Amino acid sequence: MSFWSQTLEIARVDLTVERRLGDTMRIVLPFAVVAILVFPLTLGVDLTAVSRLGPAVFWAIGILFGMQIALRQAAHDDQERRDLYALLGVDPAARFAGRTISGAVLMAGFLAVLLVAMIVFYGPRLPDGWPGPVVLSSILVAVGLTELGTLAGEVTAGLHNRTALASLIVAPLALPLVIGSSQTLEALARDAGILPWVLVLVATDLALAVAGVGLARPLEEASR
Amino acid sequence: MDRLIDLERVGVSLGGLPVLRGVDLSIGPGESLGVTGPNGVGKTTLLRVLATLLAPDAGSGSVLGAALGTPDVYEVRSQIGFLQHRPSVIPELTLAENLRHAATLVGAKAAKAETALRVVGLDDAASRRADASSFGMLRRTEVARLLITAPRILLLDEPFSGLDVEAQELIRALVYRTTSDGGAVVMVSHESGQLSSHTQRLLPMALGSLDQQS
Repeated sequence: MSFWSQTLEIARVDLTVERRLGDTMRIVLPFAVVAILVFPLTLGVDLTAVSRLGPAVFWAIGILFGMQIALRQAAHDDQERRDLYALLGVDPAARFAGRTISGAVLMAGFLAVLLVAMIVFYGPRLPDGWPGPVVLSSILVAVGLTELGTLAGEVTAGLHNRTALASLIVAPLALPLVIGSSQTLEALARDAGILPWVLVLVATDLALAVAGVGLARPLEEASR
Repeated sequence: MDRLIDLERVGVSLGGLPVLRGVDLSIGPGESLGVTGPNGVGKTTLLRVLATLLAPDAGSGSVLGAALGTPDVYEVRSQIGFLQHRPSVIPELTLAENLRHAATLVGAKAAKAETALRVVGLDDAASRRADASSFGMLRRTEVARLLITAPRILLLDEPFSGLDVEAQELIRALVYRTTSDGGAVVMVSHESGQLSSHTQRLLPMALGSLDQQS
């Protein structure tokens, strides 16, 4: 079976499992929307400040709650399942890629709902031509954060308290994604070029993809 | 290939404690071996070494010609079937979906999954989710998966515990099919009674060593 067939099968089953568990859509998403809703209350009635802070709050909450989505695999991945995939001849790199695809799809959907919630609750004054760059940076953040979460899950496989440990790995390494995504919109508002910030996101995604695929086999073997 | 499994003075330590000590073992095509011993003597660890999921710390060995602890084992893993003590299924999928998933990953047709379900008598429970199924049903699902993957080496950890007579018969048929196709079977259990009637050779294990004189 080819690498891509295995990748797509893993992604398909992962999305089926997620649809039945509802971790993302029934637990993480509602809490993130509530967080977005509650945040302006801390600013009082200063609607200008609320409006200005909207995009920053969107990225902060998107990335913080997005980490839960990125790390959800680590919670369900036990030794028996890892052994099963190994003995079915599944390439660990295909498993990494499949989980990244399914996680990125979920994360992109999550960020889309969060963006709508932010626009409705905060009424931000977004610069002209914002939809394209925001959608692009959201997709790049979704891919990068999922790669990071999947990689952190692999690094901590077999360890006690792996979910907490994985969060500690993801948080600092997500910094280029945080900076790239927030600065894309900022640059658009200043009428400056967004290309450097988009390149930061693309380079981060590519670096994580190379690391994830390249390290998948050694990490898999080291987890036993 | 002369020997499907060949271990020479294999040792494994887990958490700094020796679990396997100087294990020698040779199994050829068409052979079945039972390993018996009390809990904690290293039976499951031995199976994990044979499944290539655990590399030995000492000694050397090969499974299906691939030297243990080297990247060669990646190429032979898909020819090894391992029935672990805890069933390995995806709990949120139905029994049929679990089998179709396995069939797709090994490049077999989905129809093979339906046939295997029928053979193990689970066609009526095919749409039941794994997390709502009994231990016996999950075991049958695993047997069905082994029918799909048709491994050359079959490793069974306490294969008869918690199973009814009909399910035990399925395991017996699987063992027979594997050995008559030229494969090898190793099963471990703390009860020697059932192993002796299902295997050609029975070796007792104590403190990480196999008693080759038996």
